[in-house]
Amino acid sequence: MALKLDINIAKTHLFSRKRQTIIASLGVTFGIAMFIVMISFMTGVDHLLEETTLTATPHIRIYKDVEAASKTILDDVNKNHFNVVHHIKPHGEQLNLKNGLNIAMLIEKDPAVMGVSPQLTSQVFYNFGPTQLGGSISGVNILSEDKLYGIRKKIKSGSLEALLSSNDGIIMGKGLADKLNVKTGDRVQITTPRGNTMQVRIVGTFKFGIGTIDNMRSYANISTVQTILQRDTRYITDIHVKLKDMDRAPEFAAQYAQQFGYKAEDWQTANATILISFTIRKVLTYVVVTTLLIVAGFGIYNIMNMTIYDKMKDIAILKATGFETINIIRVFIFQALFIGIMGGLLGLLIGFLISLALSNTPFDGGEFLSVDTFPVNMQVKYYIFGMMFGVISTLLAGYFPARKASKIDPVNILRG
Amino acid sequence: MNMETVLKTNHIVKYFHEPETFKVLDDINLNVNRGEFLTITGKSGCGKSTLLYILSTMDTLYEGELEIAGQKLTGKSQNELARFRNKHLGFVFQFHYLLPEFTALQNVMIPGLKLGRYTKDEVEYRAIEKLKLLEMDKFAVKKANKLSGGQQQRVAIARALINDPDIIMGDEPTGNLDKKNTHNVFAIFKNLSLSHKQTIIAVTHDPEFAENSDRVIEMSDGQIIAP
Repeated sequence: MALKLDINIAKTHLFSRKRQTIIASLGVTFGIAMFIVMISFMTGVDHLLEETTLTATPHIRIYKDVEAASKTILDDVNKNHFNVVHHIKPHGEQLNLKNGLNIAMLIEKDPAVMGVSPQLTSQVFYNFGPTQLGGSISGVNILSEDKLYGIRKKIKSGSLEALLSSNDGIIMGKGLADKLNVKTGDRVQITTPRGNTMQVRIVGTFKFGIGTIDNMRSYANISTVQTILQRDTRYITDIHVKLKDMDRAPEFAAQYAQQFGYKAEDWQTANATILISFTIRKVLTYVVVTTLLIVAGFGIYNIMNMTIYDKMKDIAILKATGFETINIIRVFIFQALFIGIMGGLLGLLIGFLISLALSNTPFDGGEFLSVDTFPVNMQVKYYIFGMMFGVISTLLAGYFPARKASKIDPVNILRG
Repeated sequence: MNMETVLKTNHIVKYFHEPETFKVLDDINLNVNRGEFLTITGKSGCGKSTLLYILSTMDTLYEGELEIAGQKLTGKSQNELARFRNKHLGFVFQFHYLLPEFTALQNVMIPGLKLGRYTKDEVEYRAIEKLKLLEMDKFAVKKANKLSGGQQQRVAIARALINDPDIIMGDEPTGNLDKKNTHNVFAIFKNLSLSHKQTIIAVTHDPEFAENSDRVIEMSDGQIIAP
């Protein structure tokens, strides 16, 4: 009975002053819509940059490091002398991983590992007609490589299968192919640093959206590259590993380095500078979003405060005729709830529409980013959080002034 | 006649602290009997409205004691006082003070619905009866902010009557009424005090209104000077 009466009073307040109700709701709407748009856009940018940078990066790369020779034979002979040898040449070491394929199989058995791709990479020159371009060629099992980097999605022409069924096929970076002015089906000649040459056929092109890869790299079967380099069929130079949880990379890298005796580099070490810029951008996102929420919160508080201040006389009359603190609070909590929910839902809708419009706005990422529109990260959790923030801040903004007003003597309000 | 005391004050003293400390009420001792029609007069600024607000429990910042219907009200919580007002007191403000967005009928009904002694339909029926008494029934569905000052005051009087309170208090309850309606309200008050044993305490400037009441208290400089 009493609750029904309180709600009826709240309803009358809300609907007889439609303009004020609408303005108060719009205050909430504005704050929440801004929050949704900002967080969707900023995290969208973060994700895009993170993705484009890290998609082509293995979480852990195992390879053999070239070590400068620090000892000479003199040190063995004259142990107790101080030997000075100028211009020591490095040893003619092979860069291969012994047992590379076995190591890869062993790593792949670990359930924490998402995928492993053993490969061999070499610098090469691409020759087509008079054009000669420097680049690299990676001999891979293209299906393993796809599992790690999702190459299938990045194929612009041709197919992965065409590579599998070919002895001399390569899939070339789109930028490189454009520079050479070749397309799928054409043949190009490649030259290795040791001077070997080979005719290969382009069976596809790919585009990662990262200039340094698209303009430099080609993929081929492991056996093809082994043939070009004139190596045996066990010759592997790199093992790329992707983990299910990328944050555990340093721990695994250390373990691999110890276990296999080769250098194992985690992505954090390989991308230290990029990592810092990610961290800074994330901090920036939080700062902006927090500021936005604080501003929106104060806006909501002001509006609710004014709404209640406008009703001070009504509060005094209600108190004079027998309404208790709890009744007064309920009257205004109900109004705050209504304003919070209506304004919040409208805010979510407007935020969604603006995000949607933004995600369809053409944006030229240029050479380095393969995007056509602004990156927007739409996530249900932001909408839930936005709604909760709107409703809770409106509730609090309604509760405190109402409680304060309900505790003073009615005479103080009535006599002004 | 049974002279039961319904309201009693014991050495009530009240200060205003703004702009500077000033004693508004000085040792007010008052006994009001059930069914008595009491008026309080005095020059403006003598403290009569202040006294009335203390008697109505809407002002709790005072020294001394207040007792109504056998209950000591001094020191009670805001919520207890609100419940007490709802049940035992009816109040008519000087500037009518209705809830502007509600109809005249709703304004009268709200304290009745709050009390919950009757069902909604009964409260509505009673509210219309009270409005009829004040010849306001034809304005029942009009919004309070669409009524004239005098009309609002009559609705406020109807509201004060809705829960059949022990005491009806009025701060210039006829201040905005014409002669005819003043007479009507006076007749209603007189009838309530005589036949329903309800007590009336009214602050007034109207000498005729005061003269015809059962007892007149005159105040000056925060003290009761007569009788």
